[in-house]
Amino acid sequence: MIGGLFIYNHKGEVLISRVYRDDIGREAVDAFRVNVIHARQQVRSPVSSIGRTSFFHVKRSNIWLCAVAKKNVSASLVFQFLYKMIEVMVSYFGKINEENIKNNFVLIYELLDELLDYGYPQNTDTGVLKTYITQQGVRAQTKEETTRITNQVTGQIAWRREGIKYRRNELFLDVIESVNLLMSPQGQVLSAHVSGRVRMKSYLSGMPECKFGINDKVVVDSRRGGGAGEASGGGGGKSGHIAIDDCQFHQCVKLSKFDTEHSISFIPPDGEFELMTYRTTKDISLPFRVIPLVRETGRSGMEVKVVVKSNFKPSLLAQKVEVRIPTPLNTSGVQVVCMKGRARYKASDNAIVWKIKRMGGMKELQLSAEIDMLSSTDKAKKWTRPPISMNFEVPFAPSGFKVRYLKVFESKLNYSDHDVIKWVRYIGKSGFYETRC
Amino acid sequence: MTDSKYFTTTRKGEIFELKAELNSDRKDKRKEAVKKVIASMTVGKDVSTLFPDVVNCMQADNLELKKLVYLYLMNYAKTQPDKAIMAVNTFVRDCEDPNPLIRALAVRTIGCIRVDEITAYLCDPLRKCLKDEDPYVRKTAAVCVAKLHDIDPLLVEEQGFLDMLKDLLADSNPMVVANAVAAMTEIGESAQTEAAARMLTWSGHLVNKLLTALNECTEWGQVFILDAVANYTPSEENEAQSMIERVCPRLAHANAAVVLSAVKVIMKLLELLTPGSDFVQSTVKKLSAPLVTLLSSEHEIQYVALRNINLIVQKRPEILKHELKVFFVKYNDPIYVKLEKLDILIRLTSAANIANVLAELKEYATEVDVDFVRKAVRAIGRCAIKVESAAERCVSTLLDLIQTKVNYVVQEAIVVIKDIFRKYPNKYESVIGTLCENLDTLDEPEARASMIWIIGEYAERIDNADELLESFLDGFADEQTSVQLQLLTAVVKLFLKRPTDTQELVQRVLSLATQEADNPDLRDRGYIYWRLLSTDPAAAKQVVLAEKPLISEETDLLEPSLLGELVCHIGSLASVYHRPPSAFVDGRVAAQRKGLPSRAPTLAEATGAADAGAEVVPTDNAQNAKPAVSVIPTQDSLIGDLLDIDMSGGGGGSGITQQSAAPAVPSQSNAMDLLGDGLDSLLGLGGPAPQQPPQQQPAVGGGSGVDALADIFGGLSATPSAQAGFTPQLESWLPAQRGKGMQIDGRFLRRGAQLQMELQVRNNAMQQLSGFAIQFNKNSFGLAPAQPLSLNPLAPMQTATTLLPLHTKGQVQKMEPLLNLQVAVKNNIDVFYFSCLVPIHVLFTEEGGMDKRVFLSTWKDIPADSESQTSLGSYSHSPDSVSNLLQSCNVFTIARRSVDGIEMLYQSMKLCNGILVLAELKISGGAFTLSLKSRHAEVYSGVQESYLKILKSSN
Repeated sequence: MIGGLFIYNHKGEVLISRVYRDDIGREAVDAFRVNVIHARQQVRSPVSSIGRTSFFHVKRSNIWLCAVAKKNVSASLVFQFLYKMIEVMVSYFGKINEENIKNNFVLIYELLDELLDYGYPQNTDTGVLKTYITQQGVRAQTKEETTRITNQVTGQIAWRREGIKYRRNELFLDVIESVNLLMSPQGQVLSAHVSGRVRMKSYLSGMPECKFGINDKVVVDSRRGGGAGEASGGGGGKSGHIAIDDCQFHQCVKLSKFDTEHSISFIPPDGEFELMTYRTTKDISLPFRVIPLVRETGRSGMEVKVVVKSNFKPSLLAQKVEVRIPTPLNTSGVQVVCMKGRARYKASDNAIVWKIKRMGGMKELQLSAEIDMLSSTDKAKKWTRPPISMNFEVPFAPSGFKVRYLKVFESKLNYSDHDVIKWVRYIGKSGFYETRC
Repeated sequence: MTDSKYFTTTRKGEIFELKAELNSDRKDKRKEAVKKVIASMTVGKDVSTLFPDVVNCMQADNLELKKLVYLYLMNYAKTQPDKAIMAVNTFVRDCEDPNPLIRALAVRTIGCIRVDEITAYLCDPLRKCLKDEDPYVRKTAAVCVAKLHDIDPLLVEEQGFLDMLKDLLADSNPMVVANAVAAMTEIGESAQTEAAARMLTWSGHLVNKLLTALNECTEWGQVFILDAVANYTPSEENEAQSMIERVCPRLAHANAAVVLSAVKVIMKLLELLTPGSDFVQSTVKKLSAPLVTLLSSEHEIQYVALRNINLIVQKRPEILKHELKVFFVKYNDPIYVKLEKLDILIRLTSAANIANVLAELKEYATEVDVDFVRKAVRAIGRCAIKVESAAERCVSTLLDLIQTKVNYVVQEAIVVIKDIFRKYPNKYESVIGTLCENLDTLDEPEARASMIWIIGEYAERIDNADELLESFLDGFADEQTSVQLQLLTAVVKLFLKRPTDTQELVQRVLSLATQEADNPDLRDRGYIYWRLLSTDPAAAKQVVLAEKPLISEETDLLEPSLLGELVCHIGSLASVYHRPPSAFVDGRVAAQRKGLPSRAPTLAEATGAADAGAEVVPTDNAQNAKPAVSVIPTQDSLIGDLLDIDMSGGGGGSGITQQSAAPAVPSQSNAMDLLGDGLDSLLGLGGPAPQQPPQQQPAVGGGSGVDALADIFGGLSATPSAQAGFTPQLESWLPAQRGKGMQIDGRFLRRGAQLQMELQVRNNAMQQLSGFAIQFNKNSFGLAPAQPLSLNPLAPMQTATTLLPLHTKGQVQKMEPLLNLQVAVKNNIDVFYFSCLVPIHVLFTEEGGMDKRVFLSTWKDIPADSESQTSLGSYSHSPDSVSNLLQSCNVFTIARRSVDGIEMLYQSMKLCNGILVLAELKISGGAFTLSLKSRHAEVYSGVQESYLKILKSSN
């Protein structure tokens, strides 16, 4: 398991070093600095093996987090743990940077003591950790209080404490999808997928059991008396059901129940959490289409024409639309004309950035630009024509994902499903939305 | 709060000040001081001199301060063991504190203080904490057992902590269970005594309970449990199936570690199921989506996932064959993700999707990163070799890329085009002209060597081949050896093709190679060519311009038993490195190798095929492996035509030779092969034109070395001890003259209760040999092949080694001599017969041991006149080493007696057909005398023979 954990600043100075196992010595701290942080070449793998010791690193802004192991540990577990640790630290003191880490080093040591024991991850849930790692010393805790804490830290439902009360029982569901697209210059979809997340904010009293229903084809089919057979592709969109390739759930969801009955039931943590993530690849309604036209005019010039088409209901409005058109490295000047929005050449990014605040559905906008280039003699530094990328936000789920219901049951307290106020919102965002040119 | 100020103190005299502050009366001041100490400790300053002062602060009732002091203690206790004792009392008291958080803190810390004096004090509090009423304390105590085991394993066993730990598996609290599982797994891997190891193995019942607990555990707990479950191999197919059903839901967990551990368990269990059944197919289907989903997580996880997918695709290509598109590279992917995706892309390429792949690869070849571009270009070449229908398109793509004139692209393209030429000879030579245009830009040895090979190979079609080669010759001394060798061969080829105008050139190169070069390989090759050309140009032609073996399609495949081992480590570091844990982990743990379980034959199969071996060793990879996939030569050996001397030594198996654990045996047997082959070709085939140029040997030997390695590893995983014992040398069974070019050497082995026949088949004929099959005549012990002979077609001059598992349930007929075995081997040319002697010791079973009294009474029961006594000669063995040596061949020493410097060993062995043989081995001053007793006197000569062989083998 994890033998030690180090945090470095960008210079390679150690900010935190916590060793869990005897086989990791002080020299490991230096080995990582010398071989990775100070390496002459860019490090080409997040896992490096130096002198029979393995180093796993993750970088956040200019802070290096590094886990060290001598044994054949689960690499996926180590990285998942590092992410989790970052999440915990962020929720305790905000952004990960050198100042915050130095300011909170005692807290971090205390957290590390709790998060890992002998290199084995323990309870890493922020909500629960906050009940007993407070940086206040021990308040005069009563016996009941400590038992409640320990039960919760180790308990079956480690992610929720007992005795939560709200005057107004309320919950918010955000369906956030990011659409990823790779399109050829000719408009052929090379690959497209939606990765969606359902984020939930719950303010519910007691220990509520929730049931969540979606328009997943498999789920719906099995509901209708089962045996409807394999969910083979095609036609998913028409019937109002979508084919979800894969979905993953927060640890509160009872997975075995999902496997057998295709029902999503859980007792939610208090506050905000990510209930599920999913992925679809079929019948995605791509909100935008980019049509590029690049023509090189001689050695020192280029003409670029880009058409952006919006492809959704005219009544809806897309926001924060941004198109980035890469330009060659030796660009000397750009003249841009666009129908709507603002387009500017950003020399620092080597791109024309075209921003459109709002754009309705079924519209078509165009930009044309003339690019002047220095006639470069340096052949080796050739331009590789990076893809045109897009950013946007649309108020619907491009995969067709729909929340069908979310029912809340709390048998011990006297509120019913009808008393809970529920909010659902759909947001479609761009992931890597790229068109080659 | 601004703790950052503690980092800034670098003044002189600071330690002194700290000391004063630590002893201050004011609590807050003491706390500040401890914080400063910890900060100094973090940045690597030595603050160990403050030890007593810090320990004084330990009694504080402030939990935060207590934690800091404990942190300090963990760091420095080892350097100050005598002072650390001062802390013991506080620890023991804290273990009884009413606050469970403090109890847990104490027990957690105390296990990290690795000082013997303190360890002794730990046992009682730990025992209490393991039975604490609070689950938080229990889960911490469970881990503490693992800590203690690391410090003093025997103490843990003596104190009965293992039993207590096992009890915790039934705890009502899921986290306690999870930590107990983690601790048990870790202790199990390094258990010192057998009793402990036995206690810590996972039973079916226990695994069942753990799988039930899965649901309630935290994500990390689920990983611990799944990893533990992966170590258990169910005995029946039904059990495996139900385990899979219960693990499958984990594939939908948000934590990638849970998903990969679940994949590992499922991949392993799938081996136990009937291949192709509906259940297997539906399970395989379920695996693909979660694996693809991992590719939309963070980059580091993507990387780990991709490395694992690379293994999974090799093991079960069907899982991801429809998911090609998710491996398309994104512009923003980090380079390590890009390179891995490219690797998998090639593995998934088939005729159906080649168009898409090729378009992508072309795109990649214009990227910025040099490594990535090179790999993309190489991938295009691989596509051409893999999918014949697309070869033409690939070649034209490569030509387009050459036109870009980007230096490294051109060089890479030339290297792969050479491979394409080798795969499809006489098809794409029209492009040679274009290649020659780029001659000047080549500055990498591999590209130069490839280009020279092309020129030499197609010298008759390149008008100015002589000029081109001459231009290379000018800088001969500065070239790398690989280029020099290639240049030498190319010029000789040119000379043989156009002898009239190139005589001068060939003389020049020969003198360069023989007189000015100091590389022995180069010099030897030069001399051989010289001699060949001067004595028999016709023979030289036959040798140098001989037809080359085709190169095969799949590249960079992992060797099957290694792949099997790595599949057992999915998700872990081994799967990221693609190396077995022993290659990067120290210690005993590393020596244990995991292997995929093999399926026990079902009833139907057992009755259907009479030869189904009932005692298939569960962990033996070698037999489990599919017909050995021929490991592909790496690029450097691809350069070479037949005459290329492989510089890398290890031949194609560079992936394997890296293993530091490689025992000395393979290299030995490799050397033996060399000698054997060399002798054959010199003596056996001396008559006609030398069809077998001696300089070929290294390359060939390298190839068979790989097989030998594979064997050894297969054997290792079964019984590590077998390797230490006696391994006979290969015997010649079928000489090439009698086998119409097929030469068979072999030996009998017994590895882990499995009787095996090792066959080394060599093709000395001029054509390919294929369609191998083997049959045994009825024999004294009912030996018969347990499997059909698995041997890939053999190209001319190629050698392959295969292991044929045997069983003893065949038809019995007494042979004369007793151990004679008549074998028939068929290939595409004819059927060949030979007979060999089975060394009797391979027939000794593992059950040959017996009780002393039984031995004595049996000895007495057998009439004295059936005793046979022989002298075995003198050896330097000690009685112990003899006994060990014989033990490895299943000769069991029952008792030992020493009278007046004469050692008597009483031994027993049992043949596979139940015949008991008792032996008395007398060692008197180095002279060995063997007396045998058995009810079947016929076996005596065989047994004596085997004793002799075994004793001689390691003298």
